[in-house]
Amino acid sequence: MATRALPDVAASCETVLVVPGMHCAGCMGKVERALQAVPQVVSARVNLSARQVRVAHDAAVTTPQLVDALSAVGFPSQPRGDDMAPPPSAVKPLLAPVAVAAFACMNVMLLSVGIWSGADGATRELFHWLSALIGVPAIVYSGMPFFRSAWSVLRRGRTNMDVPISIGVTLATTLSFYETLTNGHDAWFDGTLMLLLFLLAGRALDAMMRDRARAGVDALLRQAAPGAMVVGKDGALEWLAARDLLPGMLIRVAAGERLAADGEVVAGESRFDQSLLTGESLPVFVAQGGAVHAGTLNLDAPVDVRVTAAGQDTSLAEIARLMDAAGQARSAYVRIADRASRFYAPAVHLTALLTFAGWMIHGAGLHQSLVVAIAVLIITCPCALGLAVPVAQVVASGALMRKGIMVKDGSALERMSRIDRALLDKTGTLTMGKPTPDAAVIAALPADAAAVALALASHSRHPISRALAEALAARGVRAAPLADVVEEAGQGVRALWQGRAVALRRPEAATGVATTLDIAGMATWLIPFADRLRPDAETALARMAGMGIACSILSGDNDRAVAEMARATGLEARAAASPLEKQAAIAQQQAQGRRVLMAGDGLNDGPALAAADASIAPGTASDVGRQAADFVFLGDSLAALPRAVAASRATMAVVKQNFVMAIGYNVLAVPLAIAGYVTPLLAAVAMSTSSLIVIANSLRLVRAAR
Amino acid sequence: MTGLALLIPLALMMGFFGLIGFFWALRSGQFEDLDGAANRILIEDEAEEEA
Repeated sequence: MATRALPDVAASCETVLVVPGMHCAGCMGKVERALQAVPQVVSARVNLSARQVRVAHDAAVTTPQLVDALSAVGFPSQPRGDDMAPPPSAVKPLLAPVAVAAFACMNVMLLSVGIWSGADGATRELFHWLSALIGVPAIVYSGMPFFRSAWSVLRRGRTNMDVPISIGVTLATTLSFYETLTNGHDAWFDGTLMLLLFLLAGRALDAMMRDRARAGVDALLRQAAPGAMVVGKDGALEWLAARDLLPGMLIRVAAGERLAADGEVVAGESRFDQSLLTGESLPVFVAQGGAVHAGTLNLDAPVDVRVTAAGQDTSLAEIARLMDAAGQARSAYVRIADRASRFYAPAVHLTALLTFAGWMIHGAGLHQSLVVAIAVLIITCPCALGLAVPVAQVVASGALMRKGIMVKDGSALERMSRIDRALLDKTGTLTMGKPTPDAAVIAALPADAAAVALALASHSRHPISRALAEALAARGVRAAPLADVVEEAGQGVRALWQGRAVALRRPEAATGVATTLDIAGMATWLIPFADRLRPDAETALARMAGMGIACSILSGDNDRAVAEMARATGLEARAAASPLEKQAAIAQQQAQGRRVLMAGDGLNDGPALAAADASIAPGTASDVGRQAADFVFLGDSLAALPRAVAASRATMAVVKQNFVMAIGYNVLAVPLAIAGYVTPLLAAVAMSTSSLIVIANSLRLVRAAR
Repeated sequence: MTGLALLIPLALMMGFFGLIGFFWALRSGQFEDLDGAANRILIEDEAEEEA
């Protein structure tokens, strides 16, 4: 840790900042050093997994000072709100049981090796006692996650994989303890502990995957804390979170800012991009007195808005209500491991019971019948089955994550693998969702003009300027030095370049979105902007079709814009669909027996994303979209869609192979167990071999995300 | 066989210390930020002033 202990500074305050842009050691170093350079900061420590930095500082330092220090080195950050504290990790409660099971398993196994190689009489008795001393407390402690889960489903009259595990573990431990007490021949502490160790490892992997994906998605969600600058009666400005806004408040919305509440424009006029809310791609002009909605983006000029509805009353909240009702198809889905255990658990118990009855009928004593029956239980305990699903899913989601696709949980992979129909939103999903300048015009700009345009554009936070600056910078253009730069809201940017007046301004007359570049003494350039298809869209859609998935467009945008995109992609399309209609379109497909994938980004896609069998959203999507989607892909390329489907299908194929192997091992081992030939040694060997085979098979998924 | 009387408790004791060590690490938050810990060794320290 890099800490400065200055005697005159007391760490009386602690601030946690969310820094979504940190990725590597270099970033960590920069962030920590930048914060420590602020006087009166005592220490700064980055948590890279949570993308946060914890700063201990003197009360004299304010949060904006810290945020400024970070933005000076290129890291946008925000103070963490109370409700944004990371949710408790699912892995951590499992780490201690795994450690205890591993410790006990290794030690008991060591003692067991002595017994297997022929320790006899008093030595064996001593070894059994030692095993029991280590094993019984360890089993009670590390078996708790299973006992608890089994008890909670049994109470509700249902069963899951944990029920046979708990019964098997409890019986085996009791019998082994009895054997130890009566100086018997075999004790099964080693096998029982190994079983617990493997199962806990599988469970920890499953939890790890969910944690990792959630950390990624949370980092994205924390980026956009919705709120607004409220203008007080005395003219004072104060930033309030969206949930604290009340009707009647006056909020000032800067150009390039998203509205946090519904309202009415009371001063100024501007154009608003409603694409996130309705899918409509053309900006809407709103003058004084016009109504504006939460979630829309102010494009041109700052406006003052009187809040008419906030929180639960906004059009946003209406969408949230629709989404709550929509998730039924998904919650009805039963994960493959649970489906398997529905058949497996009764089969195992029946086999053990029949074995016990058979040996009793054949005249064996109660004790011997019980020993054989418990050997059957231990052999059939779903050790490899417990690993079959999580290991495959963890490996596959790791592979997808390296390709920039985050998977929310294992059931998402299972549902995604069964998709045979895909509905895609247009604005922001099929397209980039933001205006990009016409590539032909940009390429035709002379070098000086391009340099001036970049310099002008970089002085404005207007979305159009930023898109232009991005496009020019990507072409390797260097900004020209300017003097006297003035930005006029709603009009453009003016400056002097080598003594000549230059301007980037709103065109006098243009259809659609465009900007005009004026350079005194040179021709005027009109740069049109349009929303473009994502790169690789055509190859991605072709690959989807090749996988037997019929794709079509389901958009809230107007007919003309959608028809244009339908022509470009050759897909069937439906335009002007409301959020409710999108949801209905999915229900209709599901009623026809199709399993539907919804790809969308906007608020208007939220209910559809929640209703579909599986859903995917780009990382640039609205909070609602990212929260509702099973998969979130970063980057611009639409290739993420077929990649996610292909990887999910490969994962399910491997899971099924794993099941076949795990059950195949049972087919071989169970007759031996029923016949009473299984010893603790044989059980230990069989169990570890089958688990290793399942793990090795799952590792093939490392290259699944291609 | 008398060796066992010494070696077995010794082996168990060592394993137990390992387990205690792990629990201590877990309690003291060393598993809070595994990505950060992995990357931290790559940070260059030249700008650091250690008191």
